[in-house]
Amino acid sequence: MAEVVLVQGAAPARTPRVAGRWPRFILRRGARLVVSLWVLVTAAFLMIHLVPGDPVRAALGLTASPETVAATRAALGLDEPLLTQYWDHIRGLFTGDLGVSITTRLPVAATLGARLAATATLAVAAFAVAVVVAIPIGAAVAVATRRGRRRHLEAAFAGTSVVIAAIPDFLIGVLLVAVFSVALHWLPVAGMAGVSSLILPVAALAAGPAAVLARITRVEMLSVLEADFVRTARAKRLSAVRINLGHALPNAVTATLTLAGLLLGSMVAGTVLVENVFAWPGLGSQIVGAIAAKDYPLVQGVVLVYGLGVLLINTLVDCVLAVLDPRSTIAEA
Amino acid sequence: MRQAFRTPLGRAAATLLGLVALGVLFAPLIWGAAAEAVDTDDILAKPSSAHLLGTDSLGRDLFARTLVATRLTVALALGATGVAVALGLVLGTAPVLLGRHVRRLAAAFVNIAVAFPGLLLALFFATIFGVGAKGAVFAIGLAGAPTMARLILTLVAGVEARDFVVAARIAGLGRVRVLLRHVLPNIAEPLIVQTTIGAGNVLLSFAGLSFLGLGVQPPGYDWGRLMNEGLNRIYINPLAALAPGIAVVVAGLAFNLTGETLAAALRVSTGLGAFPAHDPDSVAPSSSSATLDDATGPDAVLRVRDLTVAFGAAQPVKGVSFEVAAGEAVGIVGESGAGKSLTGLAIAQLVEPPGQVGGEVVFLGGELSLGAHRKLLGTSMALVFQDPMSAFNPARRMGEQLAELGRAHLTLGRRAAFARAVDRLEAVRIPDAARRAKQHPHQFSGGMRQRAMIGLGLMGTPALMIADEPTTALDVTVQRQVLDLIDEVRRDHGAALVLISHDVSVVAERCSRLLVMYAGRVVEELPAGRLGRAAHPYTRLLLAAVPNLETDLDRPLAVIPGRQPAPTETIVGCAFARWCPRAGERCRQERPELSAVGAAVGGRVACWRPGQDPLEPASVGADGADEAAAA
Repeated sequence: MAEVVLVQGAAPARTPRVAGRWPRFILRRGARLVVSLWVLVTAAFLMIHLVPGDPVRAALGLTASPETVAATRAALGLDEPLLTQYWDHIRGLFTGDLGVSITTRLPVAATLGARLAATATLAVAAFAVAVVVAIPIGAAVAVATRRGRRRHLEAAFAGTSVVIAAIPDFLIGVLLVAVFSVALHWLPVAGMAGVSSLILPVAALAAGPAAVLARITRVEMLSVLEADFVRTARAKRLSAVRINLGHALPNAVTATLTLAGLLLGSMVAGTVLVENVFAWPGLGSQIVGAIAAKDYPLVQGVVLVYGLGVLLINTLVDCVLAVLDPRSTIAEA
Repeated sequence: MRQAFRTPLGRAAATLLGLVALGVLFAPLIWGAAAEAVDTDDILAKPSSAHLLGTDSLGRDLFARTLVATRLTVALALGATGVAVALGLVLGTAPVLLGRHVRRLAAAFVNIAVAFPGLLLALFFATIFGVGAKGAVFAIGLAGAPTMARLILTLVAGVEARDFVVAARIAGLGRVRVLLRHVLPNIAEPLIVQTTIGAGNVLLSFAGLSFLGLGVQPPGYDWGRLMNEGLNRIYINPLAALAPGIAVVVAGLAFNLTGETLAAALRVSTGLGAFPAHDPDSVAPSSSSATLDDATGPDAVLRVRDLTVAFGAAQPVKGVSFEVAAGEAVGIVGESGAGKSLTGLAIAQLVEPPGQVGGEVVFLGGELSLGAHRKLLGTSMALVFQDPMSAFNPARRMGEQLAELGRAHLTLGRRAAFARAVDRLEAVRIPDAARRAKQHPHQFSGGMRQRAMIGLGLMGTPALMIADEPTTALDVTVQRQVLDLIDEVRRDHGAALVLISHDVSVVAERCSRLLVMYAGRVVEELPAGRLGRAAHPYTRLLLAAVPNLETDLDRPLAVIPGRQPAPTETIVGCAFARWCPRAGERCRQERPELSAVGAAVGGRVACWRPGQDPLEPASVGADGADEAAAA
């Protein structure tokens, strides 16, 4: 609450109008996004130049003729001065030109476009499942176990969630395949063919984040249930449902969604592993092959797409939180 | 530290870490040969008694290979952790050596870097360093560095602000010395904890990279590599992929749990109980205290009889009885811990389990129980709490929070309820109420929130308002406005008031009658106009402790001797006897009940030796002083 007191003192002095907070928030957040994007773009550009030795020779192998190497180098623009390359790189981004794959000779942008949808489907579905499963469970366990009630339930919940959260997503994937595909034959082992093929990858990706989120929701909910304003709500003699769902949960969800937003970023990265378990035709299986084949333009493209996705998600989460919890905008400003 | 490893968590951590250590030290010695033994006659075998986990494509025993891989897996994880911590230290402590501008730069860089998931960074660096174990160590180490750096930046900033570092700086100690002598030793403990936990996560990441085929390359093998090879044969032999996976989880948990155990051990000092010790005293079941004149006036709004509140063995409220007439203002005073607030909460039916409320509360003629009287309580009993800053839901608009009561109990529609909320906010003199109703609590000042809280009570037609320290958290100038508003509500709506406060002067000014609480009981009840005639020694000391215009400022301010007994203590006799200047044998043996004997006119007192004699230090009985000293 100390923070609120500070805000009380600071807000009127610096922001005469209530609306004044928003432009500043957007400006700040926008500036951070732009700087992060620049770092991402520059890092992706520098990647091929940081590879020890000759990247083109490494990509094409020792058997390639010097002419082929020289031709590929020219095709990649690597014989230009560094600044020119950097300029071309950035200009390419604005025109959707991510270069050409060394191995397939196809434009990188087209290759990735086809796979982006598959990865996005996986990540979004897993995120939705994790949030939809975790928040009700965490909140319900909090209400059921508050103030030391039902200690057995609390212990069972804590134990289960800790164990699930400790298992990496690709391992959960292997476990799910072993049980539901190999032993029970209920679901396909791998590939992308309809909704049934989506179930296991989504479950593998969602399980860990869901366990973490459920735990956070419970902790947040427990502390909110002890808050003064919940006592006020009880003093209003509202029904238990209204108190728990109307007053407590929305305040507990803010912190949970903050964390969920952070987890979404890592879930996007988690698709790399899970896609490889399930041979899911997305960006994740693409990047691993590209790294192994030293197809640098392709790796560069995937890194850009993943990085861009993570940055946009983080920004979006911040904006959503600013709307949900007006204090966070002030606190930041 | 030893204690920490005796907890269930600590035992689990020690066991798992022991298993991993055994595998690292001895597995290659014992199973090293078996793991490399090629048997082309028995390739891709299913699990059997000869090969517990089956064999791989060269007929090598997978059980042996899984165990032998422990050493390489753990070594690589520790190597990568080392890289992460070393880089994190460089980035994190650079500000100490290079100054403030570097801190901003380092923080900005680290903040951007941590926004990217570790795996993504690891893949990026793996591309640069190339596929293989060595490249993977650096890739994962670099990927983990930003998180470590942020942690260290935070830790360092915390230590740097502390007095001894500032003092060392002022004394002219060089930056390197400050870092080595003062900063690093003070961040060592949390850093070790985080490194241990981090090693567990690094182990999992490394397994992931090897599983993708970007980490350890054949003929080398770690658990991730074994899983990679096992996944292709999952239909034939699921164990080939699952067993190394289980090993990964076990080792990861070993590091994580050890870290958690260390963390618990390093902050053992905070032995927070499940419940804040409220106060009051004995465990003894409260025998009926005050025998009220049973002639309850027909106009009594509230009648409380023998109210008790218990939390397990602690009984902070031990039998409180009083009544409040319509429109009357009654004050409850006492030190913190006397049980005042819990008495208020218990009357309002707001004590939650495990708290247990006993006794009888009759409100508007009916005995209360929450389930049955929700509507009555919601519309006729108004509550004002101490801290207006936290009493409203921060995520919802003020008007909605008032309107909600109207919708729940007055069967008003959304619009009508909101209109009434605006009207009520106007009634408590919130300027521009229609606009303010659409704002959130944080846009209200403390005084305005407290008025809004009173407005919330006015949504219904309150017959009683319970105000628990309503002005304690407010500025002195705002206090008076809020108290005036409460007075006004009382006048205009004919509501009775129970005003709970530690401030005798506030209560005496606003109430017609005072209840003085000590250690969970009412020790004296007296009309506000007769404070000078208080008969209980505790009341007299409490009044003497309040400075007024006649206080001789050259003398030390009076203090109340001793401390209240804890709510868990069993008290025989009068709870104040131990400190009381007048206490005698009977006071220590037998508990006095409230009675009019010896009390001011219109009051009652629970004391065997009531009186208005001055309580000079000289009059403190020898035995009383001894006990005070002993305690």
